[in-house]
Amino acid sequence: MKVQVDERGYYGNFGGAFIPEMLYPNVEELRENYERIVQEPDFQKQLNHLLKDFVGRPTPLYLAERLSELYGAEIYLKREDLCHTGAHKVNNTVGQILLAQRLGKKKIIAETGAGQHGVATATVCALMGVECIVYMGEVDMARQKPNVERMRILGAEVRPATSGSKTLKDATNEAMRHWINNPTDTHYIIGSVVGPHPYPEMVARFQSVISKEIKAQLLEKKGKENPDYVIACVGGGSNAAGAFYHYYNEEDVKLVAVEAAGLGNHTGESAATTVLGKPGILHGSKTLLMQTEDGQVVEPYSISAGLDYPGLGPVHAHLHETGRATFYSVTDEEAMKAGILLSRTEGIIPAIETAHAFAALNQMSFNPSDVVVVNLSGRGDKDLDTYIKWGKY
Amino acid sequence: MNRIDQLFQAKKERVLNVYFTAGYPQLHDTVTIIEALEKSGADLIEIGIPYSDPIADGPTIQESNGVALANGMSLKVLFSQLNDIRAKVKVPIVLMGYVNPIVQYGMEAFCAKCEEVGVDGVILPDLPMFEYTSYYKPMFEKHGLYNVFLITPQTSEARIREIDDNSNGFIYMVSSASTTGAKTSISIGQSDYFARIKSMNLKNPTLIGFGISNAETFDKACENANGAIIGSAFIKAISEEGDLEKNIEGFVKSVID
Repeated sequence: MKVQVDERGYYGNFGGAFIPEMLYPNVEELRENYERIVQEPDFQKQLNHLLKDFVGRPTPLYLAERLSELYGAEIYLKREDLCHTGAHKVNNTVGQILLAQRLGKKKIIAETGAGQHGVATATVCALMGVECIVYMGEVDMARQKPNVERMRILGAEVRPATSGSKTLKDATNEAMRHWINNPTDTHYIIGSVVGPHPYPEMVARFQSVISKEIKAQLLEKKGKENPDYVIACVGGGSNAAGAFYHYYNEEDVKLVAVEAAGLGNHTGESAATTVLGKPGILHGSKTLLMQTEDGQVVEPYSISAGLDYPGLGPVHAHLHETGRATFYSVTDEEAMKAGILLSRTEGIIPAIETAHAFAALNQMSFNPSDVVVVNLSGRGDKDLDTYIKWGKY
Repeated sequence: MNRIDQLFQAKKERVLNVYFTAGYPQLHDTVTIIEALEKSGADLIEIGIPYSDPIADGPTIQESNGVALANGMSLKVLFSQLNDIRAKVKVPIVLMGYVNPIVQYGMEAFCAKCEEVGVDGVILPDLPMFEYTSYYKPMFEKHGLYNVFLITPQTSEARIREIDDNSNGFIYMVSSASTTGAKTSISIGQSDYFARIKSMNLKNPTLIGFGISNAETFDKACENANGAIIGSAFIKAISEEGDLEKNIEGFVKSVID
């Protein structure tokens, strides 16, 4: 079965645009224009220029020899941690700011969990001289303080989301409310493959540069475009969507998505949506959703602010339902240990989100000839406090 | 005939629709509030089904949703409270809610239950027209349940026509681009929008909501539509200390007299 989005924004049973009428014109304007704009030669030229000289693309595909020896496979790391601002998030914000300019929008809003998307948005707004407001859960502001200050240094206003669990879900609610109240001059840069159509597909396309480069780089290194495995962590799922995108319909490539299990999937403190969720509607799309029997959204938990989300992108719900991707879940403790292991074996301290992807290697078994690509979505600078508090190194 | 149609046949102006959140301020206030509203002169009652993530609502209604959920309100509890409501009041009742709790309850079961207890219509802001007409419209029609859609100042004329064709009961005219309770007035700039809608001669009656909070804004809205909807201001009124029924009566009378 081919993985692709239909004209109503559905991937199989998931997706769509469940939005109040107040947001309809904004979303419709985007839907009607984005495909045309992103194909314009001038847009492509400016995007490619910024990805190369501002973001620092292509990012390396690095053969991690010591890690390979440890797990008995040929493991490559896609070095998104080397992107400007420290994670893959900027691939999307560069694309969306260029789009916003062509739509004539004067102001930008965004939501952020770990702060990486907020920093990436504040960065491109500074670059273009555009006003920027970032909503961030009050709890996340406390656990990701350096990123809050980075956004402020870049000239963005960081507004605390004080409703609900005061994390990513609530920051997204507040950003949507802001957009309802400011519908004409403002573009909302969503940071993951979530939200109403066309956001999930649009964000995935901006992130798809990751798998496009992996293909070219593997061809050069191995003489073939396709690895045996592509592994990525999933909160909303933007880095995974980018790493999977050009492999969705390459059946010989096994797609592996790794969710955060927090303190464990049966402790009530987890964010593993495919384990604990069932179909529901959140932030404008039908997807798998952690919820009560009455359909109230459940507050998730993960040590990693970027994975602390009760839903996931509709494309991932579809990949899960069809079995196209295999999902693993990884606890806080397993992720932290994997983060230390990567630091000690390869000299790379990963973001705690990313560390989840590496922890899944322990749950898998490989043939020595297997070519494995792990998407190293972000670096751990922002997480030093969390590493220090955890302390077991 | 649906009670909403009966209402608009009998009354074409100054129709007052009052919103409250089920389970607020106390879990079992629902019937008391409905009876007090009817007695005080509300023409239509809109009961909010509380939700954890009400993205179209401002702080006042968000807080009432949070309190109601903490009090234990759910769709099941609400339907049990409404079980013999038709023995008590004649006023048309619409339920307003976000689509996820209703999808979890089951859309068909929800429509059937609405018919059984005597709910006349629903407002589901995040259920898109496309989903409604593709999947759910036959269920609504089978159970005689009306679906009320919203329009805003940004809604195109073509879409307003489409909404008018697929709506029953009335059209909910959102007065300005905002979440609920964000503005406490309606301004001169909205006159063009109001006039534009009036000149379209829609088949459905219109009620203006968002920013209607007192007699002055109610009067202004009624010059431009068949009536108006008050939500956040009423939630604030029933949050006040003192006797709930007296607060309700005082508020409604202050708006319509």
